[in-house]
Amino acid sequence: MEVFLQQLINGLTLGAIYGLIAVGYTMVYGIIGMINFAHGDIYMIGAFNALIGFLVLFGLGVSWAPLAIVIVLIITVMITAAYGWTVERVAYRPLRGSTRLAPLISAIGMSIILQNYVQLLQGARNKPLQSLIEGGITILEHDGYAVTVRYLQIGIVVVTLALMIGFTLLITRTALGRAQRATEQDKKMAALLGVNVDRTISLTFVIGAALAAVAGMMVLLYYGQIDFYIGFLAGIKAFTAAVLGGIGSLPGAMLGGLLIGLIEVFWSGYFSVEYKDVAAFSILVLVLIFRPTGLLGRPDLEKV
Amino acid sequence: MATATADMIDYPKIAKGALGAGVLTLVLASLVVGIETISAPTGITYDTRYTAVFAAAIGVAIVYFLAQLLKAGKPAIPLIAGAVLLALTLLMALAQTGEWEIARLVPFESPVVTWAIMLVPLSLVIRAGLVTWRSSPASVGKPAHERIHFADFYRRINTKFAILLIVVAVALPFMPFADRRLVDVATLVLTYIMLGWGLNIVVGLAGLLDLGYVAFYAVGAYSYAMLSVNYGVSFWFALPIAGTMAALFGVILGFPVLRLRGDYLAIVTLGFGEMIRVIIINWWWFTGGPNGINKVARPSFFGLEFDRSPPEGVQSFHTFFGLDYSPNQRVFFLYFVILAFALLTNLFTLRIRKLPIGRAWEALREDETACRALGINPRNTKLTAFAIGAMFAGMAGSFFAARQGFVSPESFVFIESAIILAIVVLGGLGSQIGIVLAAIALIGLPEFFRDLQDYRMLAFGIGMVLIMIWRPGGLLAHRDPTIYLHKTKAHSAAGAGAQP
Repeated sequence: MEVFLQQLINGLTLGAIYGLIAVGYTMVYGIIGMINFAHGDIYMIGAFNALIGFLVLFGLGVSWAPLAIVIVLIITVMITAAYGWTVERVAYRPLRGSTRLAPLISAIGMSIILQNYVQLLQGARNKPLQSLIEGGITILEHDGYAVTVRYLQIGIVVVTLALMIGFTLLITRTALGRAQRATEQDKKMAALLGVNVDRTISLTFVIGAALAAVAGMMVLLYYGQIDFYIGFLAGIKAFTAAVLGGIGSLPGAMLGGLLIGLIEVFWSGYFSVEYKDVAAFSILVLVLIFRPTGLLGRPDLEKV
Repeated sequence: MATATADMIDYPKIAKGALGAGVLTLVLASLVVGIETISAPTGITYDTRYTAVFAAAIGVAIVYFLAQLLKAGKPAIPLIAGAVLLALTLLMALAQTGEWEIARLVPFESPVVTWAIMLVPLSLVIRAGLVTWRSSPASVGKPAHERIHFADFYRRINTKFAILLIVVAVALPFMPFADRRLVDVATLVLTYIMLGWGLNIVVGLAGLLDLGYVAFYAVGAYSYAMLSVNYGVSFWFALPIAGTMAALFGVILGFPVLRLRGDYLAIVTLGFGEMIRVIIINWWWFTGGPNGINKVARPSFFGLEFDRSPPEGVQSFHTFFGLDYSPNQRVFFLYFVILAFALLTNLFTLRIRKLPIGRAWEALREDETACRALGINPRNTKLTAFAIGAMFAGMAGSFFAARQGFVSPESFVFIESAIILAIVVLGGLGSQIGIVLAAIALIGLPEFFRDLQDYRMLAFGIGMVLIMIWRPGGLLAHRDPTIYLHKTKAHSAAGAGAQP
């Protein structure tokens, strides 16, 4: 029971991070129907920006953790959002309206570029960061096994929740959200009705990258080390999460992220660490066989 | 975007755009480029390199400005300014390579980067030169669409070109300039051509997006490696077994997922590709784990070995033919083996397109609903494409294992699947010769820049993006079905060209 509870807490934290990345995938897929392969690497760029931001702040003498975290969060989100915008502008916008595979190949190319860009500039080695938020609350203790919730875990889940609420409001209540939903349904019609389609798509990428940046910073704080390759696996898992939840559906992405996080943590806890990725993919295949549109996805009606 | 006509150029707008591009570069580079993290034993420290950041930002702003002017139809300023920039970057690159005294003023650390940056003003000057030439009196009057299109040109010489390529491929090892290295690279390129042609059956013909193709390559390689090491099965006997194993895997993996569409299929195949790699790594007592399998037997030439001193009772190739021993003999032999395999794959694809099953694939790619209505079983049809594509990957995989002499999971990572898919798409979906060109461009060329190992993948990625933007349909783009119900004039021309 104690082990179960502890794994549940760890799984929720990991799932929250996957969910944040998955939202970026699902939004882009929903609006222009492409798999943004570079999204995982945008998240990696976010983590690196956060790491360098912390180093510089410590170098400047800002050592009070909450202040440092807030400053770095703002800087990281802004710079990483700029990366999201640039990637869309350079590699995807020129390909709008061409075949379905062209943007996919361009995205894979962009992913390779971003990985090697960071590897060349920052080196291939693991980059460690000292722990900034220590401690936690012990909620249960039994037979010498204590179930603890780290403050950092609480922070991650709370920030994720806040972002999700804010994001849902953005989509449902604001003009931008309305424009996004309109573009998603019918680009041509939206453009006729005065929606700036290019700008809406750009902003979708910017928002996705900003969320990925937050996820990258959380991972940096949570695990305390990053390298240039973290984007690949996290990207695949987050995309799996998006598909599991039903691609194009925002609550689905969050749900999928949580599920993938939980599956991974429980599988490593109870079975074997080595096969945790296999477990996540197997669940995905099982779900897709019985619900081909994912858990919360709308069935895709086919037009002849 | 400046859409002003040639007469009215909105200079303030272009300048604003250039400023924006410069500032954006500054923001992007501010942390990742501007600050270098240094891993030290005591922890992690940092160093700054902001000269490079500012130089890059100013450079991007200037180039953006010039490119927009060029787009607006004013080639004079870009031509002159581009030439100045070109001279400047060339000087910097030469200074760095020659380690001149002034080289410390160059804002970029590595000469490779400076040389690469030089390409930007170079292409600008070439573009500007072309625009100037086209608007010159000599070429006025010729409409733009009269320029020969690469794809049309290709269609006209298509068959001859294919024969020429085959002749060149056969003659390559006997050329005076062909050394071992060249043949090795050619063998590698041919392996990717074969994989590309195999994947083309799945992606190009049947329209199924497979992101885990390398899994079948791995199955083939491990099948042969294990048969060879554990049971001493020779390459030629193991080859059909490896192909069958891979096809079987294709069916097993394909069966549950082929009813998924498009991108769902893509992510599931990607997942399978990763799963097979994870299983190979962790099932160590069966597959050798991360260390892989060593001492895989090399293929023989009808029982003749390519060793200097073959084991008892086995004749070696050079004694049988009365030649002197040379390690090149094996290299050349392997080259011809993979050439034969690749041509076999190609021949198979060309022929099967004319059979009912091949036509069903193309029909399914174009419209699945119509196919259902006409009584084609989509699942079985897709499954065949998947299995046959997998079979060719398996055969290529066992060749890979035989050539390397060892296999390890490192060779079967996702990036390999991405490269093979990139070859298919960049070549132009469904175009067999396009795949050859793309494989030469993506695999062959970078092999000759091995010294620039660190920058190779970066250049590879940039190449992928640029080729896609330049030709979104691939180098030789056509996706016409092989046959038509009613041949119109345009169609019959295109259809005839589409066959090889």
